[in-house]
Amino acid sequence: MAGQACIVGIGETDYCRKPGSGMSQLGLQLTAAVRAIREAGLEPAEIDGIMPFPNLGRAEEFAANLGCENLRFAATVHMGGAAPAASLQAAAAAVTSGMASHVLLPAGWNGYSGARVRQTVAQDLASIPGGAIARDYYLPFGFTAPPQWYSVIARRHMHEFGTKPEQLGAIAVTMRKHAQLNPRAVMHGKPMTLDDYLASPMLADPYRFFDCCLETDGAAAVVVTSAERARDLPGKPIAILSGACGQPYPADEITNREDIFRTGLTIAAPEAFAKAGITPGDVDFAMIYDCFTFEVLQQLEEVGFCKRGEGGSFVEGGRIELGGELPVNTHGGLLSEAHVLGMSHIVEAVRQLRGEAEGRQVENAEIGIVTGWGDFGDGSIAILRR
Amino acid sequence: MSEASAYTKPLPELEGHAREFYGFCKQRELRFQRCTKCRAWRHVPREMCAGCGSTEWEWARASGRGSVFTWTVVGRALHPAFQEDTPYAPVVVEMEEGVRLLSQVVDCPPEALEIGMPVEVVFDDVTDEVTLPKFRRAPA
Repeated sequence: MAGQACIVGIGETDYCRKPGSGMSQLGLQLTAAVRAIREAGLEPAEIDGIMPFPNLGRAEEFAANLGCENLRFAATVHMGGAAPAASLQAAAAAVTSGMASHVLLPAGWNGYSGARVRQTVAQDLASIPGGAIARDYYLPFGFTAPPQWYSVIARRHMHEFGTKPEQLGAIAVTMRKHAQLNPRAVMHGKPMTLDDYLASPMLADPYRFFDCCLETDGAAAVVVTSAERARDLPGKPIAILSGACGQPYPADEITNREDIFRTGLTIAAPEAFAKAGITPGDVDFAMIYDCFTFEVLQQLEEVGFCKRGEGGSFVEGGRIELGGELPVNTHGGLLSEAHVLGMSHIVEAVRQLRGEAEGRQVENAEIGIVTGWGDFGDGSIAILRR
Repeated sequence: MSEASAYTKPLPELEGHAREFYGFCKQRELRFQRCTKCRAWRHVPREMCAGCGSTEWEWARASGRGSVFTWTVVGRALHPAFQEDTPYAPVVVEMEEGVRLLSQVVDCPPEALEIGMPVEVVFDDVTDEVTLPKFRRAPA
């Protein structure tokens, strides 16, 4: 199905922390959704497929608010932050098989002014990856939140491959540098040096405060349709060349993995590249789900941009900066733009491929990838082409 | 350790397999599921053996000895009940039997932890009902 589905619309709300969005979680997502739908040259009533982010809304309520009287396809990929990129594959399958004509992918939340991640994890069993396993075997020992869960993998990486704090810092500093080129970024106008990074307090050693993503309010959305239908729409369609997703094993328990670095993306990336008929060397930029710095390094390895263990040196020397060999997260990512659950990574990839990334355009960008990381290491990837 | 009424940290739900696992801990025994067909150890508890498909298992007693596999040091608690404990270290211990479990090393400050450090199980009666398996440094 390579090239037979396209992203035809993108939309975002403003991204903010204080004083908060002033809107409901659903209201925010509807705002971004309507922008994406109209940008595509469609009317909300023409949406007949909706793929909500896990636990952030029901397709029925999106449809009722948008006036989608002909909803035919409703599905959610339950992979946490890997859901948006994974949903691109599912949406592409839906529009190329005739299950739906125009599929909406919304995501958004009041991640700053509403329920913070730390509260959700502490109080809502349904939202914890692993569910009862985390309740019975993690929480009693104070292993309660994502930076703690993932940092134990980062420490093993440091132990086995000599990965250094300064290399994690290079990722944080690069994301912040990119945010200075993006007026929409929450960290726009707030530059950060490696010294600032190293001086930030330890949150979950080896993760410092600046290894961790932002908590922000905001929403983003994209619209997917078939290439055939896209020809009748006004904008420049961006082709979904391929997509894939995968899970680590076991996916519901993070400590008992034979190979602790084998995550969902380890399985998904080779599949996506094979389906697209390209290699990592053909990629002009990468939007990597950057919940924490080490997850960027680890995904760069598992996608195959470098060998496992070489991620530390790969991210140094400006290689992942705009103008470097592989620009990563030109919008600033979750670390420095806003935490929009991975959907803003898709939006930024589309902007780059349209040539609309004002002030931070990757020259001659033809092929880009978007990844997702969620729960205890679920992974997804989509390969996009202009 | 502390009075039952004063313990505010999250506790396991004593139902199903967790009831058995923690029940053994209360009796000062660290036991893991072991497949009675292919003899593979496993943790966390499961309904069947992912290796051979058998639904038959026993709760086999572990030696209690293991080594530090990895850890994190929580400098800022992300759960209110652990705020007074910072800095504290959730530690992944790899048992001699091969299974790993998440716990803490009670007699070792976070900065002294090392990968490969030998540890042995101790039992912490955190409430009248719940005993958590924790670890202390052991001779090499």
